[in-house]
This record gives sequence, C-alpha cells and structure tokens, in this order.
Amino acid sequence: MYNPVKLCTNASSPWHFHRARNHREAHPLAMQPTDTKNPDYFHKVVDCQWGCPAHTDVPGYIRLIAQGRYTDAYMLNRQANVFPGILGRVCDRPCEPACRRGRVEEKPVAICRLKRVAADLRDDVAALLPKAPAQKNGKRVALVGAGPASLTVANDLLPLGYEVVIFEALDVPGGLMRSNIPSFRLPAEVLDEEIGMIIDMGADLRLGTPVESMKQLLAAGYDAIFVGSGAPKGKNLRLPGRDEASANIHIGIQWLESVAFGHIGKIGEKVLIIGVGNTAMDCCRTSLRLGAKSVKVMARKPRQFFKASPWELEDAEEETVEIVVNHAPKAFVTTGGRLSGMLFEKMAYEFDARGRITSEKVIGEELFPCDDVVLAIGQENAFPWIERDLGIEFDKWEVPVVDAGTYQGTRPGVFFGGDSAFGPKNIIWAVEHGHQAAISIHRYCQGEDIASRPPYGMNLTTSKMGMHEWAFSNAYDAAERRLMPHVKLKERFQKLDLEVELGFTEEQFAREVERCLNCDNQTVFTDKLCIECDACVDICPTRCLTITSNGPEEELRQRLSAPAANLDQALFVSGPLPQTGRVMVKDEDLCLHCSLCAERCPTGAWDMQKFTLKVPYAQDEPARALPRTRTGT
Amino acid sequence: MSYIAKPKVAHPGLPRNELGLSLRDYEGGMSTLCAGCGHDSITAALVQAAFELSIPPHRMAKLSGIGCSSKTPAYFASASHGFNSVHGRMASVATGANAANRELTYIGVSGDGDTLSIGLGQFCHAIRRNLDMLYVIENNGVYGLTKGQFSASADVGSKAKKGEVNQQPPIDPCMLALSIGCTFVARSFSGDKEHLVPLLKAGIRHRGFAMIDVISPCVTFNDHEGSTKSYDFTRKHRQAAIYADYVPPAQEIRSGQAAGSVQSVTLHDGSRVLLRKVGADYDATDRMAAFGYLSQRQAAGEIVTGLLFIDEGKPDMHEVQATPDQPLNEVPYARLNPGQKALDAIQSRFR
Repeated sequence: MYNPVKLCTNASSPWHFHRARNHREAHPLAMQPTDTKNPDYFHKVVDCQWGCPAHTDVPGYIRLIAQGRYTDAYMLNRQANVFPGILGRVCDRPCEPACRRGRVEEKPVAICRLKRVAADLRDDVAALLPKAPAQKNGKRVALVGAGPASLTVANDLLPLGYEVVIFEALDVPGGLMRSNIPSFRLPAEVLDEEIGMIIDMGADLRLGTPVESMKQLLAAGYDAIFVGSGAPKGKNLRLPGRDEASANIHIGIQWLESVAFGHIGKIGEKVLIIGVGNTAMDCCRTSLRLGAKSVKVMARKPRQFFKASPWELEDAEEETVEIVVNHAPKAFVTTGGRLSGMLFEKMAYEFDARGRITSEKVIGEELFPCDDVVLAIGQENAFPWIERDLGIEFDKWEVPVVDAGTYQGTRPGVFFGGDSAFGPKNIIWAVEHGHQAAISIHRYCQGEDIASRPPYGMNLTTSKMGMHEWAFSNAYDAAERRLMPHVKLKERFQKLDLEVELGFTEEQFAREVERCLNCDNQTVFTDKLCIECDACVDICPTRCLTITSNGPEEELRQRLSAPAANLDQALFVSGPLPQTGRVMVKDEDLCLHCSLCAERCPTGAWDMQKFTLKVPYAQDEPARALPRTRTGT
Repeated sequence: MSYIAKPKVAHPGLPRNELGLSLRDYEGGMSTLCAGCGHDSITAALVQAAFELSIPPHRMAKLSGIGCSSKTPAYFASASHGFNSVHGRMASVATGANAANRELTYIGVSGDGDTLSIGLGQFCHAIRRNLDMLYVIENNGVYGLTKGQFSASADVGSKAKKGEVNQQPPIDPCMLALSIGCTFVARSFSGDKEHLVPLLKAGIRHRGFAMIDVISPCVTFNDHEGSTKSYDFTRKHRQAAIYADYVPPAQEIRSGQAAGSVQSVTLHDGSRVLLRKVGADYDATDRMAAFGYLSQRQAAGEIVTGLLFIDEGKPDMHEVQATPDQPLNEVPYARLNPGQKALDAIQSRFR
C-alpha cells in the first residue's frame, strides 16, 4: 500500500528514477480527462442525491433549514419526493448510507429526520402547491390503488390538465403507507395532509372501489391506465402444524392492516415474529402495543444478512424485542388444537473471506413456547384481476413484464409503478416510479415516443462571494450526529398511535445541519489556469489532490497523495496542465468541500460552484392539444 | 490567507511514521501568505521531510528572521521550539541556540532578502563555523513584504512587475556558500517536491551547515512574464543536474539505486545520500568542480538544481570549539554556575 516514506526513498521505482522530464509523453492507457459536462459526474459527487431514487436536493434543503426557511425546504423536497412529512419519518433513506459524512467519520448526516424538521416547522403551503388548470386537456387517466406511486402520478399529471381517476379498494387512501406502517411511526394526520394536497388538486378519488377486472377498466375508455396496486400478498410459511394452529398464525402485512383499521386489538403474551425485514420490525413493535409481554424476532441467518434497516433494528431492540439469530423454523407445535410453540433448527454457518455463506448445517433443535406467530417473510405482487388475454404479459413468477425505463407493460397505454412493477421496494422508489410513469403517460397521451426520455440537465454557478467568503457554510463542524429523542419507554405502549419519535429540537437540528458537507458545492477545475504551485495539494485536509503524470486508473490510484482505495468513488482527471503537461487528479472519495483548494488557488483554477441538478418532470413538457387516443377498446 | 481553519479530519488511510505520528502532526498554523506562494510548498515539503525522518516535533527548533519567508516556521511543526528573530540575525540566534543545546534539530528558514542583504554577514559566519543546522533560503528574487522591489538575488535583466529591469548582478547563494567552505550546498524548486523532500532530509541529517537555496516564486510580485524566478521560467530553464536520494541508516541500498554513475555519500548518522548525475560527469565531493560547473551553467542561462556539493568530513562548530557533549540545560546547576568563589579564582588569573 501507499507509504510516502518509501515513495521518496524508493529510487528504484521507474517512475521516480527515470522520471521523464517531459510529462507530455502520455501512457497509452492513461485516463481521459473527466467529462464534467455530463450532469452525472457532479451528480454522483452529491452522494445523497445520487443515492436517492427521486434525486432529492438534500444539501439544498438542509441549507434552507439552516437559514430557517422551512417552507422553502419543504417545497424543495416536495418537488422531488412529494411526501416530505411522510418520508421524513419512514423513508428507507438510501441517502444516509451513501452520505459522504459516513465515510469521513462514522455517522452520516441525519438527512431523513431533517426532512421531518422542514415538514414540522413549515408554514401553510397551500398557495405554493401546483394547481390544476380550469381548462382540462381532455385526457382521462385511471390510477389503480391510492398508494405513493399512483398519488405521485396524480400529482404530476393534474397540473397538466389531466382528469385523474383513482380507484382504491380500502376506505382510505395511502396504500401500504396507511395500512402497513404503524401509526406510532407515522401519524394519520401527516398522511391525511400530504395525500390531501394531491387529491385536493381535483383528483377523482373513488374509495372502497376495488378494480376487479382490467378488461372492464380498459373498456371504460381511459387514455392511459396506471397500475400502482402494490404487492399486497404476504408470503405464507407451509410447515407441519400450520393448519391446526392457523388461528394464532398471522400473515404480517395483513395483520398490520387489520391492526391499522381496528379489526385486531390484542395479541398473546408470548409472540414470535418470523422474518428480519422492516415489516418484521413493525410487527414486533406493534405486538408490544397490543399486550405482548415477550416478543422475539426469529432469524434464520446471522445479523449481517438482515434486510431490516439498522435503525429499525435498534428501535425494536430499544423496546426490549429480542432478536434470535441462526434459528430456522421447522414446525408449529400445538397443544389441544391451539398453538403452543414453535420448533426451530439451530443453524451453524461457515463463511468465506468476503463474508458469504459457504456451508450451513443443523446443530440441534429448540422449542420456543408462544401464543402467537406473525409471519413477515416477504410479500408478492398479485394480479388476479388482470385477465391474461389482454396483451399484458406476466413472467413465470406472475410478475408483469414492465419496461424499466418507461414503466409501460407489454400493452401500450398500461403502465405499472411502485411495488406492483418490480416487486416490493419502498416509498421513495414508488415516488420515482410515479414521476417516470407520469412522464411516459404524458408523452403517450401527446402521441410522442415514450422511449425517448427528457434529459437531465445541470446548472453550475460560482459560490464565491468575496476573497474568502462562500455562499455556503464551508467550515467543517466536527459535531457528532444528533440522537433522535424518543417518548419514554414506559409511556409509549399505552396508546397504539402515540408517535415514538419526538423530532429534533431546535438546538439539535441547528447543529445537525452544520454536519452537512455541502457536496453540491462542487470543486470545479480549469486546467489552463493552473500554474502548478501545489497550493491546493498542500492545503487539502484529506489529501484528495495530486499533480502527477497521467496513467491508467488502477496504477494512478496507487500513487496519489493518499491511496484512492474506494473504487465506488470517481477520480477527476484534468486535461494536461500548461507548464509541465502533468494532470490534476482529484479523488472524490473524502473531499470535505471545505473550499480551501479554491481559497489557496492564486489563479482561480479551482472554484467552488453550486451544482443544481435539473430533474425532468412531466410538467416540464408543455401539453399539446391532440385528438384523443384511447387505450381501451 | 484563509479564514477557516484546516479541518482536523484526516484521511483514514494516512500512514504513520516510526513514532506513530501522521503527517498532520507535523503541521502548523494556517498560512497567511498569498495563495499560491512557493513558500507554502516548501513548508509542506518540510512537514513531509520531518514526518518521514520521524523527528520528534519537540526535539526540533525552527528559527527565522524577517520577511515572508520568515513567517513560515509558524506554519509547520506547531509542537516544536521556534524563534522569530531580528531581521537577518537568524544565523546568530541559531548559533547561540545550538551552542546551548546541540541535541536539537535546527531548521532555519530565511529568504533572499533576510540572507543575502541584511543578514549576509551572519549567514557567512555561520557557514564558516559549520554550524550544525539546515538553512533554507526561500528565494523569490523580490522583497515581497515591501511590495516587490528587486532583492540581491534578482538576475540582471529580470523585469519587475511594473516593468523596470534589474541592472545589478545577483549574489548566488550557492556560489557564495561554496566559496566560503559550506559543507552542504544544494538548490531546488518549490514546485517539485519529489526533488526537494529528499534534499531537505539529507540536509537535516548532514552534520554541519546544510544550505538549500529553494527557488520559490512570489505569485504576487514576481510570477509574470520577464521574471526569472516565476513558476514558468524556472520550469523552462531548470537543469536538474544531480538527483539526491536519501537512504535512512538501517535501509539497504537497492540494486537499482546503486547502478551506473551513482555516487554514495555516507552521512554522520549512517544514513546515505545517493547522487545521480544527469549527463555531465560531475563529482559532488569536489568543491572546485562544483564551482566551475555552476559558473559555466549559470553563464548558459540554466538554473542548476540538485545536491551540488557535500563534505561530510569537516568538523562542526562543537568539534572545533571542543564544547562539552551535554546540552547546557542538562548540566547540573552547580557545575553550570560554580559560584562567586570560582569566578573570583578565574578573575584573579587575569590580575
């Protein structure tokens, strides 16, 4: 590995010993100058925004919170993710594992809960919301299911003058956000308000109206149909004793739904949860609120293989849920025709160097007494209502064949999104599917090619405000991640819908926002201005920069100021520098965006520039008046 | 200068030296020099050299006089001793400090004004005494702190920022040092750390006076067209004549290192300097040859860089003066100050 002591004394290295004075002789496999005109390059530097399926401008809204502009922060969020209040509580937060701060120190910025800050503290946004025009464009679109995917489609199409009809089987909208996420995590008022913002634009929401036949829906003459009906079928576990004990064996998502709508109000004292996903975590915590005294989550494999997010596991364990690993279910045990326990095989695993399981064996059996079992081992799409002779194809797992770019099924004009498209994902993915499907539907209804997608764009503007002043807080704040305050353990089980998380206090979020590294303030380099004085290389606190002769990426990564070992993070390579023909190389991995390189640059070759990603939405394409093109028969 | 402090966050892959310290432990305060100043690069090179030699920071003493260059000791090794002296008097202060405590590593940082004008006498006499120290001249050819007048190292014909042309001949610190018996004479360039860091390491380990003249462009007053000390001019006219590689005492010389026309000079502590010549048949232990070569290349308009001359055999100040081995602060007080009676006895000898 890299060692500067060796680098300078190791005169035998050909690079040092026979160093060509003329660096212009480029290696044949040397890296090409980085194309920073492609929006993807700088977008990828903003790890959170790149990690977010809907490309939420995270650093942008965090800065707005820092300025006390909560309403603006909320609206910036809403543009991308539609449900900031909901997602600020229950998002799967792919942004946080991606956050640069998590590489610089241990913990990422609490991005998700800052979103909630904006939602909690905003003013009335009614005047800022998009509005449907009085003059409709004459197109009618049917949305099946009132979950996040369908609602996003409605949100995007209503302002364009579409007539939107939403069919929902339940008596309330929200889909799995309503029926499967317990109210102690997501209060009903938050759901009602954000769903209301969309419905109130003028969607025709038909509750308690399950779509029972796609054929009939097609016949109703809609211009396009969007299927956002989720993956509503919980997986069963066929083991001996299953039928005999069925009164006390519950399918996770259906059980959560029954709890949400008040059909189930209690559970036995000893509960076993089978499964280690986020649904399992909701099931175990809900059990505690329905009277369970001892709840165990039973896992077949060790903890590193769990699907649940680490924070959901932590929250469950905080509530005294016990997580038992390496136990594979074998049989349900009944006594007098009633469930009395469950038999498990104790497993032992061997791993390879990369941590993958190479072999497993059963080393014994163990009986866990219990009163109830909740199965949370996954869910599936289910389309009993789509006739198979309509040109809508399904694969061998009964999942519809959907184009990953257009979200259109095999029948033109029928689109899929959310869990119903590619199986269970999460809310933020459903939102992104909705945005993309809305673009497709709009293009489809306007008679344009849906495969040709509107391009992503970007804008770069300098952040320089003065000699050493930048339009963002560039000083590094060493503060550690703030801890979310919770309702006391004693109090929280008294009411099912008592929200556990209290939200950040003002002092907490004022500190947390400063932890953001402002990665969207990009380091932009102009090679022809560089005089190779090394000032930027010397000042960089994390040794990201190197001026050196170009070479193949693999070799170049080894001889930078600090080893560039994180292959997920790009190297920026400039064109040849004017004086020596060497190149400026930047390892994006640990850049703090502290702006010191730009401050120490005498010629302005480095500049900090605010990057704004232009995400295309359906609204960006003006609607044209066209004759109706019916999808149905 | 910059307003924010350099963040304390370090690259997790940052290597540690024999003392378990990282490069960042050898850093100092935030530089207040102009952005792009060559001096800051030299500072960074000193940080790297001290880190790589695993010098305990508290066993190092940084000394300087007055000028932009003389501000730089504040920007490295915060945990070291430091003395910012009167203009041009750094060499004398270093002499006193070294006389009192010979066990510290002395690093003097000066500029072309501080050394070649006001401090020229001090500089020469420290060389004559072969004071054991590293003396770095951050040479930019102008008085940067007083708005860019020509200094004593400005070349004839060099243009100032406003257009005046220098008429007076320069003092070349390398030629001067060679002529008065300096035992380690080198020249380098702030824009080439691969070249500079090994020289700094060898200079620190050299027992005696190690003078390194580092061309260090002044971005504000002397980096324009017509300047002979700009980044561009130095890169174009530089003749890297002799490469020096520093090999620590315990490390073996690799076969590749000793090949061809490589000259190995063993330093006092057992470390070695390997000198590789480019082109000319050059002997870095031959003072007359070095002087001749330098004069010749200078006439040809080249800036010769490298370890130009080294003589490890000459006694340093302490040997010549036969001073005690112990630093004065370790000598028991009774011995250090034998009292009135002993003074009376000495004085009585002169009556």
